[in-house]
Amino acid sequence: MKLSKENAEHYMLQMYQVRAFEEQAEKSYMAGKIHGTMHLSIGQEASAIGSISTLEPTDFIIGHHRGHGLCIAKGADLNLMMAEFYGKENGYCRGRGGSMHIADVAGGNLGANGVVGGGIPMAVGIGIGLKMKAENQVLLAFFGDGAASTGAFHESMILAVLFQVPVVFICENNQYAMSFSANDWTTSKKIAAHGEIYGMAGSCSTDGNDLLEVKNAVKKAVDLARSGGGPSLIVNDTYRWRGHSKSDRNRYRTAEEIEEWKKKDPILKFRAYCNKEKLLTEKEADQIKEQGYADIEAARVFAEASPDPKVETLEEGVYAP
Amino acid sequence: MREITYLEAVREAMTQEMERDSRVFLIGEDIGVYGGAFQVSYGMLEKFGHERILDTPITELGLTGAAVGAALIGMRPIAEIMFMDFTTLASEQLVNQAAKLRFMFGGQSSVPMVLRTPAGSGTGAAEHHSQSFENWFVHVPGLKVVMPTTPYDVKGLLISSIRDNNPVVFIEHKLLYKTKGEVPEEMYEIPLGKADIKREGKDLTIIATGIMVQKSLAAAEKLIKEGIDIEVLDPRTLRPLDTESIVKSVKKTGKVLIVHEAVKTGGFGGELAGVIAESEAFGYLDAPILRLAGREVPIPYNRDLEKAAVPQVEDIVQKARELANLKV
Repeated sequence: MKLSKENAEHYMLQMYQVRAFEEQAEKSYMAGKIHGTMHLSIGQEASAIGSISTLEPTDFIIGHHRGHGLCIAKGADLNLMMAEFYGKENGYCRGRGGSMHIADVAGGNLGANGVVGGGIPMAVGIGIGLKMKAENQVLLAFFGDGAASTGAFHESMILAVLFQVPVVFICENNQYAMSFSANDWTTSKKIAAHGEIYGMAGSCSTDGNDLLEVKNAVKKAVDLARSGGGPSLIVNDTYRWRGHSKSDRNRYRTAEEIEEWKKKDPILKFRAYCNKEKLLTEKEADQIKEQGYADIEAARVFAEASPDPKVETLEEGVYAP
Repeated sequence: MREITYLEAVREAMTQEMERDSRVFLIGEDIGVYGGAFQVSYGMLEKFGHERILDTPITELGLTGAAVGAALIGMRPIAEIMFMDFTTLASEQLVNQAAKLRFMFGGQSSVPMVLRTPAGSGTGAAEHHSQSFENWFVHVPGLKVVMPTTPYDVKGLLISSIRDNNPVVFIEHKLLYKTKGEVPEEMYEIPLGKADIKREGKDLTIIATGIMVQKSLAAAEKLIKEGIDIEVLDPRTLRPLDTESIVKSVKKTGKVLIVHEAVKTGGFGGELAGVIAESEAFGYLDAPILRLAGREVPIPYNRDLEKAAVPQVEDIVQKARELANLKV
């Protein structure tokens, strides 16, 4: 499948927006402007954008705690997203959720999740609901290699197949669950093999740093789900450049290993592809990069100028009327 | 009026709601052809088919999460957890997800689901099939917790719970399933958060939950013969709690005995005692607030031990008599 120039520009812009968002998040934290923690997806951009590029606007995603890239890929308003990251009242979640819980329900993003594997059981239920509503929608359910060892994952695979839900389960294997290497308990191919074991036809693993490869694999699974062919499991092999969270000292991996993976930068890979296919010149790609960083800078300015929630509103919104 | 059992009332509420609202469906273990471990959903598969009676393998976490996810996009699932003991396996999805999604997303969504589960001892099923965990869930903002004690209440409260836009933990008691009572055939709602005075009295208030409401009523019938007139208050919903009715009753009688089956330490009785002590009813108390609750043990198998582990009618009689006669 060959990309149109328009699509190439769009994906390139989203990749740079994600990269810039994560870098800004880190800077804001270092500058003491935000508190808490964050989980950065630098190095994983192609997995998020390649996967979600296969969806229609009316489709859904549900994510994991490293979810900034997923959120941008699903078309989030960067200002509202950054405002949420800053804990502001006009953020997506009124500052109640923060980095680990950003959701854009109207935009089809059913939320990041602070519990590893927490979104997977819900994904099955969303699939059940979509099937009952019969509006031809699908869900992409993202989780990491860490979640693939949980009971939640295995119970959910069984239920997903039993009820033939229109869900594509996407494991973004960034190689480490905090410090625990995925290679110590499995390999990415073995995670993908669970799809076959549980009876999911369209399961496979991809070079998760190759946007086109991810897109093609996920597209097949999305088409299958949409046509009533049931769920699939896809494993996108990738790597997180940064630590698990702000507490990480990288004691479980070497600097050399990180450098090796940086050579497989998904953005550079996509630029090389666009260049080779004459979709974008280097100059055009640079302009897009500038645009991406400018968008995030504007979001930062918006977020910092936004109001904090009023303490009097603390108890609002626990219950639905 | 027609009399049906508590179990039939649960089934009727679910059936009528499913007929009324196509978003309502059931998910749980052995709820289809088997009819549910207690036969609550017996016959519903024939009526609604596999599309709306979702029989699952043993996946408490998975099926509860599936209910949460379906609710998140506007369905109205009823999940059945076969025994309340197994809600421990489901609690991640219930406590971390269902209860928090609305708040955590700044009000962008809601989770209109019901998790039904039978609790309590008295069936000889011992440690792993007899527990009463209501207070664990009462402790979680975002959840509602309902504990109906009569066939009439269970139907009206279940209908309200299904129609509620929040996750509701709906706790049935196994020993109540076969009890009979008058239940209207038509649909009706009993609002969540409204207590019910099950027996009016003037000498002391017993606040009881679950099966202890029936036991307290039996105790009250015995004590009236001794001239002790007991008011039995059933909160029906533990969260939100009808503090107003509780305060009113305690102000009237001046004495309060709290009775529940769950273990006393950390149980709902502590919360009730706290609510009363903090309220204007405190000044009306003529005696200390007393609690009668489950003993500090797992529920044992042996019949005598099992009975001794939770309050029985005779225990309530004795404690209530003691309190009624207490002069401070």
